[in-house]
Amino acid sequence: MSGQLAKFATNRAFWRGVIAVAVFLVLWEIGARSKQWMTPEFFAPFKALLGAMGFKKDYLPWIGAVPAPSAVLKAWIAVLGQAGYWQSWYMSFFRVMGGFFAAMLIGIPFGLALAVSRVAHGIGFPTFEVLRPIPPLAWVPASIIFWPTQELAITFITFLGAFYTIVINVLGGARSIDVRYFQAAQSMGSSRWDIFRRIILPGTLPSIMVGSAVGMGITWEVVVAAEMISGGGSQQAGTGGGLGFFIWNSYVGGSYEQIVVGMISIGIAGFASSELLRWAGRYATPWLRVR
Amino acid sequence: MDMRPPPPATQTQGHLLIDDVVKVYDPEGAAVLAVDHCTLEIEPGEICMIVGPSGCGKTTLLNAVAGFHDITSGRILMDGEVLCSTDRPRSTPGPDRIVVFQNGALFPWKSNLENVIFGPVMQGKLGRREALDKGRAMMGDAGLSGVEHNYPGEVSSGMRRRVEIVRALMNDPKVLLLDEPYRALDSLTKSVMHEALLEIYYKNRVTIFFITHDLEEAIFLGHRVAIMTTRPCKPKKILTVDIPHPRDYSVLTSKRFRELIEETNDAVHEEALKAFQAGEKEG
Repeated sequence: MSGQLAKFATNRAFWRGVIAVAVFLVLWEIGARSKQWMTPEFFAPFKALLGAMGFKKDYLPWIGAVPAPSAVLKAWIAVLGQAGYWQSWYMSFFRVMGGFFAAMLIGIPFGLALAVSRVAHGIGFPTFEVLRPIPPLAWVPASIIFWPTQELAITFITFLGAFYTIVINVLGGARSIDVRYFQAAQSMGSSRWDIFRRIILPGTLPSIMVGSAVGMGITWEVVVAAEMISGGGSQQAGTGGGLGFFIWNSYVGGSYEQIVVGMISIGIAGFASSELLRWAGRYATPWLRVR
Repeated sequence: MDMRPPPPATQTQGHLLIDDVVKVYDPEGAAVLAVDHCTLEIEPGEICMIVGPSGCGKTTLLNAVAGFHDITSGRILMDGEVLCSTDRPRSTPGPDRIVVFQNGALFPWKSNLENVIFGPVMQGKLGRREALDKGRAMMGDAGLSGVEHNYPGEVSSGMRRRVEIVRALMNDPKVLLLDEPYRALDSLTKSVMHEALLEIYYKNRVTIFFITHDLEEAIFLGHRVAIMTTRPCKPKKILTVDIPHPRDYSVLTSKRFRELIEETNDAVHEEALKAFQAGEKEG
């Protein structure tokens, strides 16, 4: 572990990343404080143009309208002690994981069936292709009407976010397996089941992992929007309707710092889940590590 | 032209007869004649080299023997048994005819040793433990000790090709079908691989059906060399290589080897030129 840390300390790419984040934060801080330095006269020459574009007098889309990182950090520290904030994390995670695992559980077998069976493909694929372009968020009203609880409705929306990506990746992955592997396995006396288990499954595994990582990213995008639209699910307002609702609630309550806290929280949550999946993917496909 | 196969070797099985085989691709549409009344007999234990320009239809022939493609008419027999014929156009792939593919078809998700034991375990001929023992022993014989637990992606392409040949031999095939297995290798690795293949061959004496477009490779390895016409494919000239086996690399500088090259070079060049011009017309 300490060896790994030492490796990080001497890694150029690592420090480049750290410095980039630091520079971003500094620029943001400067930008946020700039409102105090830039007088309205500064914009006077452009006033007519800006007015024509619909900007109000003295109010410009400047980073100055966004809370500074120092203020965000303060708000964050304040919120860390509140149960509602952690409840939001928990709720969003719960919905993401529920939807995501349901999507894996249904999507992987469905994708494999589409790939190996002409009949399954003929029956399932046209319907799938018609439903696929419908954005998960367009399902929100229908989902709220259909599912008995808001909780299930939101989880269903996140499920849709991951499902299509996983199915498409599994199908594409299984289809792109080199025909020579099938021919070799067949020559060496494999049954159809052997070919499925020993060629199609491992051959599709890299695509399953890629599809899952992409699908996981989409579930986080979707869960936040679904929480905002549906008003945070079955929880009472403010006591943990998920991170999406946390943001919405902060906006309604006028706490702009907390909006940013919620946004960054989602960034961290999404990054952590993707990292976890990447790690699981490397573990599941050791032969790809050697390339 | 001497069309007769050489005197039988010590091997008793692995006799292959390609009898008047025709293959037309897309018979209802473009109707491309790939193989035209091709007849070729290969004796048990013979190394028969098939030489022809790229795209001449020699792989079509190999696929028909292996059971990966249909034939249009004619028949293919192994040890007197009909593999495929006009009535049953596709033979069933089986462990008696194993293909070593052009770009290799080792399963990348299995270790080299797991690849090697795949056949006997699938066929239920050996238990896993016995198969592992036999696999290790055969890999050792082929100079592959130490890479058993590596993935194919971790070893050189020359080694991968050797692993694949060992995997094929683990099935006790009657015929080994090699489809330009050394095409992607550099010439130095290739020369090492040739000697290694012969070494393996002298232990097993399995019938080898070897496709290549490299005339030197063909004459160095083969008992006979069948030079094929370009599309449609059939034997144009069959050369019996009268250099005795076992051979080693010194053969390459021998007078007889040079003479045989000279004797066949024109025929090969003529077909290559035809293939090239045909390609130009198509393009």
